[in-house]
Amino acid sequence: MKKLTSLILAAVLTASMAVPACAEEYDFSNYDLEYYQKFKGQDIELNVYNWGEYISDGTDDTLDVNSMFEELTGIEVNYTTFDTNEAMYAKLKSGANTYDVVIPSDYMVSRMMHEGMLEELDFNNIPNFEHIDEKFVNPEYDPQNLYSVPYTWGMVGLIYNRDMVNGEITGWDDMWSPSYTNNMLMFKNPRDAFAIALFKLGYSINTEDPMQLREAAELLKEQKTMVQAYVMDQIFDKMQGNEAALAPYYVGDYFTMKEVNDSLEICIPAEGTNIFVDAACIPKGAANKEAAEMYINFLNEPEIAAANIEYICYSTPNTAALEMLPDEVRNDPIRYPEAEQLANAQMFVNLSEETNLLLDQLWTEILSDDADYLNWAMPLFVLGALVISVLVTAMRKKRKKKYR
Amino acid sequence: MKMKYAAYPYIIWLIVFMAIPMGLIIYFALTDASGAFTIANIAQTGRYMPVLIRSIWLATISTAVCLVLAYPLSYMLSRMQGLTSRTLLTLVMLPMWMNFLLRTYAWMTLLEKNGIINQILGVFGIEPLTMINTQGAVIMGMVYNYIPFMILPLHSVMVKIGKDVIEAAQDLGASPASVFSQVILPLSMPGVRTGITMVFVPAVSTFVISQMLGGGTNQLIGDIIELQFLGNAYNPSLGSAISMVLMVLVLLCMSLTGFFDDDDVEDRLI
Repeated sequence: MKKLTSLILAAVLTASMAVPACAEEYDFSNYDLEYYQKFKGQDIELNVYNWGEYISDGTDDTLDVNSMFEELTGIEVNYTTFDTNEAMYAKLKSGANTYDVVIPSDYMVSRMMHEGMLEELDFNNIPNFEHIDEKFVNPEYDPQNLYSVPYTWGMVGLIYNRDMVNGEITGWDDMWSPSYTNNMLMFKNPRDAFAIALFKLGYSINTEDPMQLREAAELLKEQKTMVQAYVMDQIFDKMQGNEAALAPYYVGDYFTMKEVNDSLEICIPAEGTNIFVDAACIPKGAANKEAAEMYINFLNEPEIAAANIEYICYSTPNTAALEMLPDEVRNDPIRYPEAEQLANAQMFVNLSEETNLLLDQLWTEILSDDADYLNWAMPLFVLGALVISVLVTAMRKKRKKKYR
Repeated sequence: MKMKYAAYPYIIWLIVFMAIPMGLIIYFALTDASGAFTIANIAQTGRYMPVLIRSIWLATISTAVCLVLAYPLSYMLSRMQGLTSRTLLTLVMLPMWMNFLLRTYAWMTLLEKNGIINQILGVFGIEPLTMINTQGAVIMGMVYNYIPFMILPLHSVMVKIGKDVIEAAQDLGASPASVFSQVILPLSMPGVRTGITMVFVPAVSTFVISQMLGGGTNQLIGDIIELQFLGNAYNPSLGSAISMVLMVLVLLCMSLTGFFDDDDVEDRLI
């Protein structure tokens, strides 16, 4: 009896979860049905690979973009997420999965472009590209705009806790101020961390000059004594809980933190800051390129782009969507700053392999205070350990034989 | 010996999920990007020697702490009967039912400057302590996460030590100290060895704990391996080389603790 009850309960629960999704009524009158429904009934699946928490997904009465797309087009969306560009790159590089749409950041787009990992887009299939703000067309990372359609953009700002700082926070110099010793957080990813030091030094954040990078590394080493912790996502927990006074992070995420902790403020450093664009691309080997282009086009429908941007709090490059946003968001100087405020902002581009290696090396050096090392130490250690291991086992065996 | 057909699935499983990945790691570690043989990767890992030493050091300390804490507890558990022993054993395993990441995240909230522990101390007028982002916090995290792996093997060996064996020793005039040193300790050695291996091996290669509780500055060898795959430069060769060094280290640890042959003590138990 008990079993039966739980079975019925489980069935009811499953049904109640499934029903609203099917019964939801979307209004498709604004959409070009002839275009969107050409794959209907063909059982096409689309593998979409995007950042975590980076699409409006139906929670808290928001629009469920993927289910809406499925209903409109009859294409099934398999949506998966990644948490860093590098994780996404490693996964694509391993070739274990095929994706139809990925949304990497600027420098990763150019890296994948240079390595021939991206498919050229057919912009006839993406009519909504006309909504993209001119500022974001033909960007540095994709100069002829053949491979990518911008999805969101944003900046890195210096987040601070009003109640925990003395005086005004104006720029990156505050990240080297001894008065915040043990009270500041720092990026745990080398590219973003180096960018801050390079801005302070007044160099390009895409510098390939080893001398400049070493100079930046010295600066970061000096800063290390004052840094409380190097973090990425843990920053939410720490800034919301008044654990630190200062932390550089992405502007969009600042708004999420501010909802929890009202004492948080942000400043866009005058020395310049990193401006980034996340753009939709189609990787080589995508099974359904045309359907993928349709998905990218759908993301740029004004209504959809507006819903997404309201959900993720970043800034949109889509002018039609921007017009649909509430006035206080549209005129927010932090989210949509004036052109002159962006004068010193720089975008990441892809670095050469040597520079990437050097960057990782310097980063490890910064975090672990390296001493000099001997070239032969490690191979000798490996060999020695193997020999000892074999010897010990052999000796045990011999001893055992003797006893028997 | 003829192999039974029933063993084939396991053999295939072993080959696909153990032998092939292992072979790939060794292949990547010993070749450069073009596929030519080189030991340059392993030579380069020498750069991370200080990190490796720190990893071994922290893992050794946590293994020792685990052993000291777990040994008396396991002995007590093994002398208990029925429901009490089962309940306590379940309590030991209970935290393992929760995700490893979540457990470590919870420690972050506990140890922080405005965390729960400091808030409680504040009630008694004690100044907030700096606990998070230190090596102590990393060791704490390791001990907490891996202590069940010490208790369980110790317990399973100790329950096999019969009451009669101990009573016999006492009847023959052994003092409590010599009962422990000459009967209980030698008989529990297989459990100690397994426990040490099972705590040391994951502790030396962990990276989540050091990132969450160590503040990013207490880098361990696991962090360095992660950096090779998910850092700026995608460098599977160097990553594999460091993994190989780690595997050799584990092998060394296992042969030193006699993981490969502890059946001699097993004989005495039966």
